[in-house]
Amino acid sequence: MRAYVSAGKLKFLNGLQYRSAAAAGIATQFFWGFIYIMIFVAFYSQPTAIQHPPSLSLPDLVAYIWLQQAFLAFIVLWFRDQEIFGLITGGNIAYELCRPCGIYELWYAKLLASRLASAILRCLPILSIAFFLPEPYRMNPPASAASLALFAASLALGLLVLVAVSMFIYISVFWTMSPVGSTLLIGVVGEFMAGLIIPVPLMPDWLQRIAYALPFRWTADFPFRVYSGQIPLQEASFGLAIQLAWLVVLIIAGKLLIKRALRQVVVQGG
Amino acid sequence: MILPFRKFAIGGEYSLIQLEGIRKSFKVAKRSAGMRQALKALFAREYTLVQALEEISFTIGAGEIVGYIGPNGAGKSTTIKIMSGILLPDGGSCRIMGYTPWEQRVAYVRHIGVVFGQRSQLWWDVPVIDSFELLKDIYKIPPSEYKANLSLLTETLDLSGLLQTPVRQLSLGQRMRCEIAASLLHGPQILFLDEPTIGLDAVSKLAVRQFIKTINRERGVTVILTTHDMSDIEALAERILLIGKGNLLYDGTLNALRGRFASQSMDEMIVQLYREHEL
Repeated sequence: MRAYVSAGKLKFLNGLQYRSAAAAGIATQFFWGFIYIMIFVAFYSQPTAIQHPPSLSLPDLVAYIWLQQAFLAFIVLWFRDQEIFGLITGGNIAYELCRPCGIYELWYAKLLASRLASAILRCLPILSIAFFLPEPYRMNPPASAASLALFAASLALGLLVLVAVSMFIYISVFWTMSPVGSTLLIGVVGEFMAGLIIPVPLMPDWLQRIAYALPFRWTADFPFRVYSGQIPLQEASFGLAIQLAWLVVLIIAGKLLIKRALRQVVVQGG
Repeated sequence: MILPFRKFAIGGEYSLIQLEGIRKSFKVAKRSAGMRQALKALFAREYTLVQALEEISFTIGAGEIVGYIGPNGAGKSTTIKIMSGILLPDGGSCRIMGYTPWEQRVAYVRHIGVVFGQRSQLWWDVPVIDSFELLKDIYKIPPSEYKANLSLLTETLDLSGLLQTPVRQLSLGQRMRCEIAASLLHGPQILFLDEPTIGLDAVSKLAVRQFIKTINRERGVTVILTTHDMSDIEALAERILLIGKGNLLYDGTLNALRGRFASQSMDEMIVQLYREHEL
């Protein structure tokens, strides 16, 4: 355990060095946040939307979007660690394999740490500004203290689920030798089904059913709706258990797959 | 950590490393140059099976320094990878210190150190000492042992000025000395060195050689070394294993080889041996 914590710590400290990337990221996130909110404000002002209000109210949606932008590093699948891809395709994995620890655990710790470092640099500035923006862009505080606590717990669990999902992208590179295809495939499907393009409650019913059956929405859609109280407390607590179940399933599957990959691994290069 | 000092236990009562009929082949995608061939390969890939190792067997006793030599592509690195638990061979058995490397990988690798001369294990953007501290936690090295090993390595490899420097700002020779130190922090009983002197200048080479001798003599570390630099072999190894096209061609002392090819330089002797085996 100690080894994984240390590897994560080193990665975390390494990630904190990229301050100008974070500053640029914050500006980009505001840009996207505003654009998304403008689009949805336009949708919500349509007569049909006024007659049949969507299950996600506009203030809840605004919170949903700012949380997305603030915790982007926790929820997107295109956030990738070039170093691990390089280890596999370049053959430096040879060194990782002569360490007395599990590769899956080691990579999981590294990936988790770099996402944490990236999010910590970005989330506070974005959130602190979003609370003071003029209407309709202003982000509301959480529905209640209990919602806030459940939001924090579900966001953390969601991050763990997301890292477990992203592990499949890395493992696939053992076979494909290039991260492009699997990042695109898993990334596009995963991010759409997590509600990053269209919030899940605004999807047509049949699509919502698919999204609810997949693990992706538990990483983003679920915690963001818990925050605004759009998902009531009882349902939220039950959701935490489902997140945990997905986490266990994904980790077991990932570990089985990496075991297979390592059995037939070819360490590239001489 | 200090092992009984026993040299030349070749096949004797205490053999540390035992390989028996190790085989390994790789599937290599092949195609000729040109657009047409590239398009064709989209639909039907052609593979050839390259036999990297066929029936390699040898034993190495505790405390030996063995030079593992052969032309490019002979299978040296493949053997090292199999012995360090990274690659799964197609067949044959390998017992090292009572372990089968690829089956008990995690338990086994605690006892070995590996240096791949063409790769890096140090974290690129952080000072060397950060990588060392991480290795300390990965190998669960007790603090007192870590301290003792680090100071010994710092002294013998002359690292004192380097530990605080980010790896990306080290020269190749400096980095290689740090790489070797990284592989020995946990006090392994066996050290695999895959071309440790590649690209090094004379001073660094001599320093590395001197160091290998020291840890072998003073700590009884068994060393298996691959290299293309015959002066490495001359300076270090009393026993050599020559491998070519996946077969073991010569296993014996350097002196016996010298006897056969009197008055020739080391490089000439090796070329002569290659020629004899038509490599």
